[in-house]
Amino acid sequence: MKQTMSPRLRRRENISGYLFLLPSLVFFLGFVVYPMVSCIYLSFTDANMDANTPTKWIWFANYVELWQDEVFLKGLWNTIIIVLVSVPVVCIFSLWVASAIHKMKEGPLSFFRIVFYLPVITGSVAVTVVWKWMYNNYYGIFNYLLKGVGVIDKNINWLGDPKYALACIILILLTTSVGQPIVLYVSALSNVDQSLVEAAEVDGATNTQVFWKIRWPQIMPTTLYILVITTINSFQCFALIQLLTSGGPNYATETIMYYIYYTAFKLYRFGYGNAMGVVLAIFIAILSAIQFRMAKEK
Amino acid sequence: MTKNNGGSKAYRIICVVVLIALAILFLFPLYWILTGSLKTPNAISSPIPQWWPQEFTLRNFEVLFSKRSAPLFEIGSLVGPTVPGAIRWLINTVFMAVMAMLLTCLTASMAGYALAKKRFTGRGIVFSLIVAAMALPKQVILIPLIREMSSLGMYDNIWAVILPTVGWPFGVFLMKQFAEGIPGEMLEAARIDGANELRTFTTVVYPMIKPGVGALAIFTFINSWNDYFLQLIMLTSSSNLTISLGIATMQAENSTDYGLIMAGAALAAVPIIVVFLIFQKYFTKGITMGAVKG
Repeated sequence: MKQTMSPRLRRRENISGYLFLLPSLVFFLGFVVYPMVSCIYLSFTDANMDANTPTKWIWFANYVELWQDEVFLKGLWNTIIIVLVSVPVVCIFSLWVASAIHKMKEGPLSFFRIVFYLPVITGSVAVTVVWKWMYNNYYGIFNYLLKGVGVIDKNINWLGDPKYALACIILILLTTSVGQPIVLYVSALSNVDQSLVEAAEVDGATNTQVFWKIRWPQIMPTTLYILVITTINSFQCFALIQLLTSGGPNYATETIMYYIYYTAFKLYRFGYGNAMGVVLAIFIAILSAIQFRMAKEK
Repeated sequence: MTKNNGGSKAYRIICVVVLIALAILFLFPLYWILTGSLKTPNAISSPIPQWWPQEFTLRNFEVLFSKRSAPLFEIGSLVGPTVPGAIRWLINTVFMAVMAMLLTCLTASMAGYALAKKRFTGRGIVFSLIVAAMALPKQVILIPLIREMSSLGMYDNIWAVILPTVGWPFGVFLMKQFAEGIPGEMLEAARIDGANELRTFTTVVYPMIKPGVGALAIFTFINSWNDYFLQLIMLTSSSNLTISLGIATMQAENSTDYGLIMAGAALAAVPIIVVFLIFQKYFTKGITMGAVKG
């Protein structure tokens, strides 16, 4: 029927294609697409945790309530701060580390790559509990060291003080976020066309010029990808909050993701929690789109 | 290796010094977990930290293993001997990560091959759906997922954690990247030789995408081991916990016994770090291939 493929071949490709796709498609549709659709549906209802109790369709009531909910607005604000701080810091830090190590020999290169990836591998629970100990008011090393150096003169309750709690969380988040960007930047930098770099050097370009005129444009797609994944990760910051502060003190570390969890599992308001989830997804989609647009224009 | 690219010699020396200082900072939490797990309660709660334990003790691990007993395994009506909770949690975690890994590798390598090499109707739509899903925050779907799991009767069951992990489309995307590299002539030749589809897959396709499968396997294993949020909302009863969840629960109950908590953290972190170190080459490859054209 169509150009180069005979009808028999086309049918064969269709059948075998879908047979190979089927097992994966079952899991994908069942446990990713279906929950996504039901997330949107439930956000318009007053659903609770039990799937058997009848739910009422309440139109946009959940969405209207969100913008009057001070805890949600505080959580949104904190989440935006986390993203605004962590995304640039992660990008610049990992680009610097990657440029410093990508020309090393295989041994030291993989040593540094592994070291910066270790906090990710260690797992959020193990990392969080050790930081909790280090931040501790009475026997944490931060108070000991800072008093020793003379920066502070009496112990600070880092996680219990609204002035410091969010900054403390962001610091841990940063150490668990740079691993993947460093691996990506190392690989991107070693794929930069070496003949261009050499030609520029022959022409007398300085290192700074070589970096901005030749390397930077070529690693742009990687930067874009890192921006997107770091944004998504920062938006989803949850384990740290749940294990360290539960959003306190006085909502100083409340984030959207933690508040979604709290609404759904402590208040049993699934519909309302899903409305927040939809808003969060829309935020991330808009941000990713902006980042793609910016990168395209360059 | 091109010389003289990294600027002046002084700058390069400063770079190395800063890198080593950073490496020490990044390694410190892990060091603190490991040494902390072997310190006495007095050393732990002293305001002056012991940078190296003056006295080693296994007390923290003894306390850890004396808490919360659970049967070693439960398969249908078959119940194993009673063991410390932490042992059961480790077994649960290994089972979860291995099952998630095997199922993901199997389904994703087949689907990735189909998307890369088969010209079936609707291929573009399926692929766009996969890419769109990957850009969404994974955690958002977890709340509706609980209702789905409880209506399927799988709430508080380790499979409620495994199945969504397998469904996450990153693996399919990664395997498609690898399968793109298979030359069409090889598939054509296999077909002319009379090999059926399944045989072509096992003898021609699989050997070509094997490095990709390795990368995906280690990637899935580690991510599943550490996916705390998913485990937290799906698993509740004491004998069904994973090791991360178990440590988190203990932390909530004995929040001041940092020695005990560090012993738990060491038990959760050391096995997965060892796995990572053994397979880290594949891991790096998986990260970079998954990002190409991302």
